[in-house]
Amino acid sequence: MQKFVRKAGLVAPMDRANVDTDLIIPKQFLKSIKRSGFGPNLFDELRYLDEGFPGQDCSQRPKNPDFVLNQPRYQGASVLLARANFGCGSSREHAPWALEDFGFRVVIAPSFADIFFNNAFKNGLLLITLSDEKVDQLFAELYAQEGYRLDIDLANQVINTPSGESIAFEVDAFRKYCLENGLDDIGITLEQADAIRTFEARHRASQPWLFRG
Amino acid sequence: MAAQTLYDKLWDSHLVSSRDDGTSLLYIDRQLLHEVTSPQAFEGLRLSGRKPWRLDANLATADHNVPTTLIERRAGVAGIQDDVSRIQVQTLDDNCDDFGIELYSINDLRQGIVHVVGPEQGATLPGMTVVCGDSHTSTHGAFAALSHGIGTSEVEHVLATQCLLQRKMKNMQVRVEGELGRGVTAKDIVLAVIGEIGTAGGTGYAIEFAGSAIRALSMEGRMTICNMAIEAGARVGLVAVDQTTIDYIGGRPFAPSAEQWEAAVAYWRGLVSDPGAHFDKVVELDASTIEPQVTWGTSPEMVVGISGQVPDPADAESDTRRRGIERALEYMGLSAGQAITDIRLDRVFIGSCTNSRIEDLREAARVAKGRRVASTVKQAMVVPGSGLVKKQAEKEGLDKVFIEAGFEWREPGCSMCLAMNADKLGAGEHCASTSNRNFEGRQGYGGRTHLVSPAMAAAAAIAGHFVDVREFDHTPAPQALSA
Repeated sequence: MQKFVRKAGLVAPMDRANVDTDLIIPKQFLKSIKRSGFGPNLFDELRYLDEGFPGQDCSQRPKNPDFVLNQPRYQGASVLLARANFGCGSSREHAPWALEDFGFRVVIAPSFADIFFNNAFKNGLLLITLSDEKVDQLFAELYAQEGYRLDIDLANQVINTPSGESIAFEVDAFRKYCLENGLDDIGITLEQADAIRTFEARHRASQPWLFRG
Repeated sequence: MAAQTLYDKLWDSHLVSSRDDGTSLLYIDRQLLHEVTSPQAFEGLRLSGRKPWRLDANLATADHNVPTTLIERRAGVAGIQDDVSRIQVQTLDDNCDDFGIELYSINDLRQGIVHVVGPEQGATLPGMTVVCGDSHTSTHGAFAALSHGIGTSEVEHVLATQCLLQRKMKNMQVRVEGELGRGVTAKDIVLAVIGEIGTAGGTGYAIEFAGSAIRALSMEGRMTICNMAIEAGARVGLVAVDQTTIDYIGGRPFAPSAEQWEAAVAYWRGLVSDPGAHFDKVVELDASTIEPQVTWGTSPEMVVGISGQVPDPADAESDTRRRGIERALEYMGLSAGQAITDIRLDRVFIGSCTNSRIEDLREAARVAKGRRVASTVKQAMVVPGSGLVKKQAEKEGLDKVFIEAGFEWREPGCSMCLAMNADKLGAGEHCASTSNRNFEGRQGYGGRTHLVSPAMAAAAAIAGHFVDVREFDHTPAPQALSA
């Protein structure tokens, strides 16, 4: 997982509620046995006018000119501003893989679905939950100003807007630590291998039917 | 000790350690694996030189990608026509072989949808923690097992450490009291619950389903309800243990041995919420007022009773909601005020981890018996949840009922629920589906999904449009009487 580096990122809007993971990356792309290369198919059904399939050269496909990520002003965006319940539905980690492969590092929304939330942080994607009012405000500022950027300062847990406003956000200490250091949490968990073994022995003694052999 | 909810008990009994910020390590008793969300996890183990912590905690089967026609299935994995699908299914076989994980491969009689297979084998037991790289893992909560749908990084984490990093959720109780009307099923209960609380209503909660209407359900019905907890935003759905639970488990291959059985049952009987346990949120529904449900939109919360109409965006309470309804109506090709019974169907799908168990097939067969699929319906298919469900259905003659009525009788798998294999909708086609998601493109590019119960799907197949299965009745059709 790559480290989270502070920088002022161009912001793109995804102005609809309940964006599900089928919409973020349609199922036909889940047949890949790799973790990379999903970026060209991010939001595939919204982004292109034809039906996508794995292995296609996406640069040759007809693009939907109305879709935000195809508009010139949002090229190079690394911050996605979204609506409530972003990432609902399927547990596919291909959704954060696609967002990350496309170039997004941050998603800001009033709420996120639970499984997507966990998956995102495991891939260096920072999810920031703000109130509905703050998100409305950011959408208004974004639409009003081409080249709208937000400075995401993870260390101090604030978003700095172009007008100079600082908006504080919450992030779990453990998730922040992993993001800042680009850490794989399996290694961290295995530091507790003895505690896991002790628990396991006690568990086996009390519910032996959970263990076969 | 203070009164605890079932979720509190399951959490406490698996807690290995907790950090100050609440991030906790939960011990995992069972991991179910399938071909779509596991290859990158196995690859991760290889790259880091790690081994699975405990092999006997894992069980694998291929389901999402597998073809459901006999012709493709005959040649096993090699017979899968789609190259990318075949490689993925083969990769699961290879990974299980390399790491030594028990696998029900494509033509094993025990193969099937992972959430049908686990309970059927007794691999899901009360008091367990169960994970799978699939959001519908909430299904296993029907057994009072704490079950989480997880992503691929977490699949790798559980393989390597036997633990899941998790924060404790809040407790929600959904109480459904009273008696269901005739022809109204578990699917209608859960769709009504989602309609009530919304697709984000359960986010951050573990939902325990309780009340007399839940107690009256079979294990199959309880699985249908917990399966769709995730469609209400809740990663975890639960039902407390009772005699129905215990009776279901007895004699299954992974069930406790005879000498362990009494101790296990004694333990399981404690897997209920204590009287007076605190729930952060309680939602109550009266079962007798629930109608057969049909979704009209592109989110499971966009649902209405069969006697209802497609809503008018002008009546929406917020701007975001109004735009959501407008967009859904445009995608679905429906208009405000249209009667649900006026929606005509192109295809009908009976299957998925929500509704492909034996009881689901019996309900659908009761409606289909002696009747014919309408000539305007291009395809009506029944896809059993596992090889064992298929065998049982054939033993009961349900396959003949379906085939005589004009349904296709398929091999087990996820099939048209998510259309990763060849079973899919064409653009603009309306489908009555017993699956769990009506998202845009879910069942095929441009496809239009309406979620219903198995009985409602069968009735819609016969009528060619949605009908109230309660009027349809379970009495034989006229042609059957004259036959």
